Amino acid sequence: MRKLLLLLSVIIIGLVFTGRLLYLQIYQSASNNLYDDNAIRKEFDYPKRGFVYDRNDKLLVSNQPSYDVMVIPKEVKPLDTLEFCSLLKIDKAKFIEKFNKAKRYSPRLPTPFISHLSKEDYAVLQETMRKYEGFYIQKRSLRKYETKIGANVLGDIGEVNVRDITKDNYYRSGDLIGKQGIEASYEKTLRGQKGIKFIQKDRFNRNLGPYKNGTADTLPEAGKDIKITIDATLQAYGELLMTNKRGGIIAIEPQTGEILSMISAPTYNPNSLVGRNRSENYTKLFYDSIANPLFNRSLQGVYEPGSPFKLMNALIALQEGVVTVEEKITCYNGFKYGKRAFMKCHCSFGVKNNLIRGVQESCNTYFGTVYKRILDKYDNASIGIDNWSKHIKSFGLGDFLNNDLYVGQKGRIPNRKFYNSAYPKRFYSTYTMSNAIGQGEVRTTPIQLANMIAAIANRGYYYTPHVIKEIEGKTLPENFTTPKYTTIDKQHFDPVIEGMLKVYEEGTAELLKIKDIEIVGKTGTVENFVKIDSVKTQLTDHSIFVAFAPKDNPKIAIAVFVENGYWGSRFAGKITSLMIEKYLKGKINRKDLEDWILSHSLENEYTKQYSGAPFKINGQTQLQVIKPEEYQKLKRRINQLN
Amino acid sequence: MSRQTDRYYKFDWLTILLFFILVGFGWLNILSATYGGEAIQYFDLSNLYSKQLIFIGLSVVLIVFILSIDAKFYERFSSIIYLLSLFSLAGLFLFGKNINGATSWYPIGSFTFQPGEFAKAATALAVAKYVSDLNTDIKKFNDQLKTFALIVLPALLILLQPDAGSTLVYGAFFFVLYREGLPQIYLIIGALLILLSISALKFGVLAVLAVATLLVLTYYFTLKRKSSFIQPIIVLILSAVLAFGVRFFYDNLLPAHQKDRITIWLSLEKDPDKLEKMKKTVAYNLNESEKAISSGGFNGKGFLQGTRTTGNFVPEQETDYIFSTVGEEWGFIGSFLTVLVFVLIIIRILILAERQKNQFSRMYGYSVAGILFLHFFINIGMVMGLIPTIGIPLPFFSYGGSGLWGFTILIFIFIKLDSNRINEW
Repeated sequence: MRKLLLLLSVIIIGLVFTGRLLYLQIYQSASNNLYDDNAIRKEFDYPKRGFVYDRNDKLLVSNQPSYDVMVIPKEVKPLDTLEFCSLLKIDKAKFIEKFNKAKRYSPRLPTPFISHLSKEDYAVLQETMRKYEGFYIQKRSLRKYETKIGANVLGDIGEVNVRDITKDNYYRSGDLIGKQGIEASYEKTLRGQKGIKFIQKDRFNRNLGPYKNGTADTLPEAGKDIKITIDATLQAYGELLMTNKRGGIIAIEPQTGEILSMISAPTYNPNSLVGRNRSENYTKLFYDSIANPLFNRSLQGVYEPGSPFKLMNALIALQEGVVTVEEKITCYNGFKYGKRAFMKCHCSFGVKNNLIRGVQESCNTYFGTVYKRILDKYDNASIGIDNWSKHIKSFGLGDFLNNDLYVGQKGRIPNRKFYNSAYPKRFYSTYTMSNAIGQGEVRTTPIQLANMIAAIANRGYYYTPHVIKEIEGKTLPENFTTPKYTTIDKQHFDPVIEGMLKVYEEGTAELLKIKDIEIVGKTGTVENFVKIDSVKTQLTDHSIFVAFAPKDNPKIAIAVFVENGYWGSRFAGKITSLMIEKYLKGKINRKDLEDWILSHSLENEYTKQYSGAPFKINGQTQLQVIKPEEYQKLKRRINQLN
Repeated sequence: MSRQTDRYYKFDWLTILLFFILVGFGWLNILSATYGGEAIQYFDLSNLYSKQLIFIGLSVVLIVFILSIDAKFYERFSSIIYLLSLFSLAGLFLFGKNINGATSWYPIGSFTFQPGEFAKAATALAVAKYVSDLNTDIKKFNDQLKTFALIVLPALLILLQPDAGSTLVYGAFFFVLYREGLPQIYLIIGALLILLSISALKFGVLAVLAVATLLVLTYYFTLKRKSSFIQPIIVLILSAVLAFGVRFFYDNLLPAHQKDRITIWLSLEKDPDKLEKMKKTVAYNLNESEKAISSGGFNGKGFLQGTRTTGNFVPEQETDYIFSTVGEEWGFIGSFLTVLVFVLIIIRILILAERQKNQFSRMYGYSVAGILFLHFFINIGMVMGLIPTIGIPLPFFSYGGSGLWGFTILIFIFIKLDSNRINEW
């Protein structure tokens, strides 16, 4: 027994050590990797970020070099401070302050000393830099926007935040990433793949040379150039027209779903978010909670659609067979659909409207009646509204469009389930009568309306609206190249389109006609309210217009939304008409119309709700005219476009 | 069969083979830990690995010398060797050179010589000689005391240098004496002492006393024949004194760095901020060494490919922390095989010791096995964080001439003794 004590101790300790080795080298080492190894320095090689071109090959976004003076405090030798300071255009106190700051951060690691040198300073410095040991110039790449327009489309890039890093381990602190717009939605395409060099270091952070002789290193892969569907000229034109107004414009090519322009007003110069002033400017934009320039109104603005929505009810009524094209419905200056329920209409008392006239006159009674019939077609209005909802959703309304845009909103197309909480038991068609005229519970965004009108232009199908036209060496996703069919048969579109055409020929939009082009459109005027000191207060109506042109073989479908622009053809209609003319004809013949839009501002409409004083709306307001010099400036810019 | 071959045949070639495997593999790791990435210059003496290569060469000369001396010489001259060794230890206080706070070295030109590494073999010889004497009976208290004195004397001189780690190695003689018949009570008391000390630190004095009281009472009441109360009360008082003593020693007397090592080992620090700070200061070495071993994974990063070894992340890596190089570059496979070879050589020496016909050889062999075992256990246990940090080299692996020669002498004296067992009657 006594002989065994040491023998057993040796064997037991041998086993314990083996167990410990298993724990350290098998169990614990499973979580080790090269990237977290503090004995390996990772040096990244950033590739060129891809360029962005518009549909006509106009360069929109490129890169520009930026130069930083870097310092490694430990390697700095005594130098002629005075001369060096004058080269850098700083004074000696600043030099000492910056140098001490860098030293505090780390005496051995490079720290930016002066960021974003101008090209001229760089040229001078480059010659003399060798004299100053411990200082060197590092070249970095910044984005350059070759245009002042399209900030909402193009977006911007900025340093990654913690969320980006945790979401995708490709990114390291300090990397750049697309923050908004195209830069964000095509981030992976544009950025390429950064290369990585593994450098072995010692515990004092000194380089010992490449790890495994560089066999684990990777080469950078350049970002790909892309071509987007935006027409830069049309985009610029639209942005100028929307100056001093708020709202959004979406123009789509119906045959492809390509977005020709996507305007959100107010907007900003994309170059303001590049380089030295980025953070200052971004903060300014971000905290402007009233004008909200970072909010993309054409994608994120959720509004009641108003009258353009009547087109949907007309189409569904025909599809469901609850009305014929010929049937006339009498308007009694409104529509009485319940004991105390009455929907007013501007039609004269006793007018009889068929479908075409109903669309042309935008008769509330007509659409109230057909809406009720659609819902009451089945024994139960619950089934009716679900069926109605399904038809509408087939136009891409009430849902994200599954497109390639970075932001968006679902909007809302109610079904029975939506009304569950309000009407848990009984449900009648009359409860939701406002939906007939696009004012009840329905909510849409401008891009959804544009897509709806594109589907009408195509007589029954649409392509998912998208902004990408070409990616170097890649085909577009199938989602963008296959048509989506609506639940409405082709033959039902023609009477509705005829009604819309009449809007231009005889109706309210007669003034907006363009020579030789048949425009098919529909106006909308939407009541809207805000809460001021918790009192529900009505503001001037929103001005909406949707249209496509030409009637046969349509080239452009467009939705224009002008906040508080009063009635449909007052602002939105005029802008729509000008946009169509600009796109189809390349130039504007109706200068008077253009001048009217340019010279009128709605800024006073937007500020009055914050003034604290009582204010008037709609008909009782005075339109604001901008100052002549401001007008001249806009005029000059618009003339430069041609 | 000629007489010549007959004599070589009697050496235990298996032990010799294992010895050279360890020395050779050890040198490869010293090379890894000390070369700076430049071309390897085997004979440039400014490189530690070149120096170690020379030490290894000289140790071969030493081996030939040891094996050619008559086996009886070691037994006969053991007292003189022991005395010389004591003088050399004592002489350090006059002529020694202080390195890293310990006066353990004689300076000889550009080299240093550490007598403590040779004192182990000398003490082993002396203890074996004394206990194997016909007049000595290890079961007698008087003789026990004299034996202990033989062991404590060199241990004390080393402790005064101060080199607490090397002192601990003298605990190895417990295994030897126990094998030779030291009363059972020493083992029991020793084990209880260790248990009590650790528990007092980890769980607190009161918890220890509570458990001790419970145990003593249970023991007392299960006794058939009730004896007086006095015995259990003495046991209780003793354990109370010991528990408080250990606590007091830890809190007030222990040098700060040793206290921190125990704190880390027993996870006594609960404040995560302080713990994080400790990892960067007192536990830096341990932390980096565990990281290096862990980073080796199953296969290891390959010879000369260890990033942490090359980057000098583990200080003292060529001496006490050499096993972290094995772990990083040779992975689990290499580390496991190293542990295995150590276990095999110790077991082989034990087997050889048991087959000795005279008590002197057997005791000496047992001492060799015990000393190797304690070095192996303390060093690798420390590098992997299983026991508190104790500075002690890993035999055959750690850089240093004195250490290598000390172990060479220790082992090859025994190989010589073993080869001569046929002639013993």
